[in-house]
Order: sequence, then C-alpha cells, then structure tokens
Amino acid sequence: MNFHPGAFIDSLYYMGVGMLGIMLVIGVIIGITALLNKITNKKPANKKDSLK
Amino acid sequence: MEILYENLLKLEWQQIVMWAIGGILIFLAIKKDMEPTLLLPIGFGAILVNLPFSGAVTQIVDGAVEEGALSVLFDAGIANELFPLILFIGIGAMIDFGPLLANPKLMIFGAAAQFGIFFTLCVASMFFDINDAAAIAIIGAADGPTSIVVAQKLMSKYLGAIMVAAYSYMALVPIIQPPIIKLLTTKKERLIRMPYEQKEVSKLTRILFPIIITVIAGLIAPASVSLIGFLMFGNLIRECGVLNSLSDTAQKVLANLITIFLGITIATKMQADQFLKPETLLILGLGLVAFIFDTAGGVLFAKFINLFAKKKINPMIGAAGISAFPMSGRVVHKMGQAEDPQNFLLMHSIGVNVSGQIASVIAGGLILNFFS
Repeated sequence: MNFHPGAFIDSLYYMGVGMLGIMLVIGVIIGITALLNKITNKKPANKKDSLK
Repeated sequence: MEILYENLLKLEWQQIVMWAIGGILIFLAIKKDMEPTLLLPIGFGAILVNLPFSGAVTQIVDGAVEEGALSVLFDAGIANELFPLILFIGIGAMIDFGPLLANPKLMIFGAAAQFGIFFTLCVASMFFDINDAAAIAIIGAADGPTSIVVAQKLMSKYLGAIMVAAYSYMALVPIIQPPIIKLLTTKKERLIRMPYEQKEVSKLTRILFPIIITVIAGLIAPASVSLIGFLMFGNLIRECGVLNSLSDTAQKVLANLITIFLGITIATKMQADQFLKPETLLILGLGLVAFIFDTAGGVLFAKFINLFAKKKINPMIGAAGISAFPMSGRVVHKMGQAEDPQNFLLMHSIGVNVSGQIASVIAGGLILNFFS
C-alpha cells in the first residue's frame, strides 16, 4: 500500500462521468415513469356519464 | 496422546484476534440487533475458518489439497456472483415501488446520494490500485449484494473487509446519518412539512416499471444488467398478480436460504492472514467516508433544489437516497417527527429510499463499466 495524492485528481474524471451518468439514467427513468403514469392512469368519468 | 493437543500448538495469536472479531460481530447481531441475519453467520464463520487447519476451508496438508465445505460454497455461489444475484430476486420481491411511482421526481435524490461512492473512489485511489479503490468505494452503495458482485468482478483481494464494512455500516445507519443531517440542515429546514398526496398507481405501470428499468439500465450500463435484472425480476413476480406463491417464496424462503449461506461463506475471506492487515482498518475508514458523503450528497442536493423550487422540500429526505432499505427512510421520518410530531415524512423518505436501491445498482454498473 502506497500513498499517491495525485491519484485523487486523476480519479475526479470518474466522479464527474459517474455522477453525470447516474443523473442521466435516473432522469430518463423519471421521464418514462411520469409518462407511464399519465398514459395508464384512469381518467375520471365525466359528470354526464355519472348522472346516467 | 500428542495427537490431542498437536493442533492446539499450531494456534496463532492472529487467529485468536479473529475469534474476538467474530465474537464482536455475533454480540452486535444478538445484543444490538444489528443486521443479525448477516453479521451472525459472518461472525460464526470468522471463528470457524480461523481454527488451525480448519477443515471448513481448503487446505494443503502434506502436499495434498483437502477441499473445505465453505471454500466449495464460495466457488459455487460467490466467486460466480450467484448467491448475491439470487438474493436480489428476493429483495426485488420485497420492495414496493408504489410511493416512488406515485412521485417519480423523488428518484433524483437516490441518484444524488450515490455521491459518496464516487468521492470515496477518489480518496481510495490514493492508497489502492484503481480496481481495489472502486471495489472499496462501492461500500457506499449500502447494499450487500451489489458490493459482493462489484468486488468479485473487479477481482478485489479485500472482499472480506469490504463485506464486513458494508453490512456493519448498513446496520449503523441510525447512528451515522443523524449527526450528518443535523450538521447540514437548519432547524427551519428540518421543520418543512411535505403533505403526502395519495395517488393511485395503475397495475400496468407497476408491471411495466421493472421491465423498462431493466432495459434502460442494461442499455446504458450493461455490466449492471444482471444486478438490476434480478432485482426487477423479483419485483415483476410481486407485481404481476398471478405469481403470489412464487413472490411469497422469493421474499421469505429463497431470501432466507441464500442469506444463511451468504454470510457464512463470506467468512472464508476472513482468515487471519488475509484480514488482519492495516489495509482492513483503512477500508473500514473509507467505508465510513462513503456513507457520510452519500448522506451529505443527498441532503445538499435537496437544499440546492430548494433554491429554485416553489414547494420546498425537507432536505432530510435526500439522506434516504443512501439505499440501506428501509433503515434510512425510517431514520429520516423519525428525525422529522422529533422536530415536529405532526410532520409525516415516511412516504416521501421511503420513496427516496427505494430509488436509492435502484440508483446504487446503476452506480455499481457504471463502476463496472469503467474498470472491468
């Protein structure tokens, strides 16, 4: 085990790409889930129908 | 006569230290109720494999290889990642994504709370080669199976220490998180109420969700597809409505059976010569760093969102994105109630908590994409 302080700076690239990647993937999942909710949620019956 | 005490003379002090460590893990499991399903088997296994010439692990005796049962189990279930993946089916069957599906925006906090993984990767890379640093960083996933799979795929030699750190810190979430959350939030922020609006989630959404997540994660981080796929397969069994018996088996019998073997088998990597190293202490420290920065990442991201949001978010819920399910969600809810007994954050925090489960697996996949 050795101590290489410079490795911290070198690894910042992975931090940036990793966090960006995870935000993008989750962002896509949020969008698709919201869309799914919109498409699959039952619309409330309109007043005319409910009066019949 | 000599044959009765011959083995006793081979006992080394390092093995006695490992017995003590095993004893501590068993004590924490039984007395403190800390992750008992895993810490108890790991603790017992640590004693079992640290007996001189233990027949439980493969040994070379007089030049001949004598296979041990635990080593065989390790090769059969952990070296090929089978046990953690099968356990994921059970975990997937246990998780109700309902609160998350009702409010999908919460998922973003699950992503933010993976910051600790990547920060720890940077810190660990100063001490270890990059593959070991990545395996250590994934302790921050706060998820045992993901840690095992990533450490195995990256061929880390520190699997034992990584597992002990991952499961110990998961159990310590109620102790680790509150001071960090308090340090980063004001009382006024902790008092923010978030009324919960009950929204109906259609059965079709519940069924399509695990399938879509698997496809998206698989396309972007193909290395994570087995992890996320098994998790979502378990969830699909739960939500489809026609496999209740299988869902029940996955949640109870399957998960319990694998857990029994998983814990005790992990202990094969806790033999004194592999475990008692300065690196182990450093890994335990880095694991703590990962959990602290995960928590900080989630809380600070929620505070950042509050700069722009009309409806303010209680930033404490960001901390629940750490994954450790359901402890983290409960910790946040309890902290909210401690500040204001009328503040019910549970549904929000549990929603963020399950999103952390998904995000941590994706983070594991990204780490594997980078380094495997």
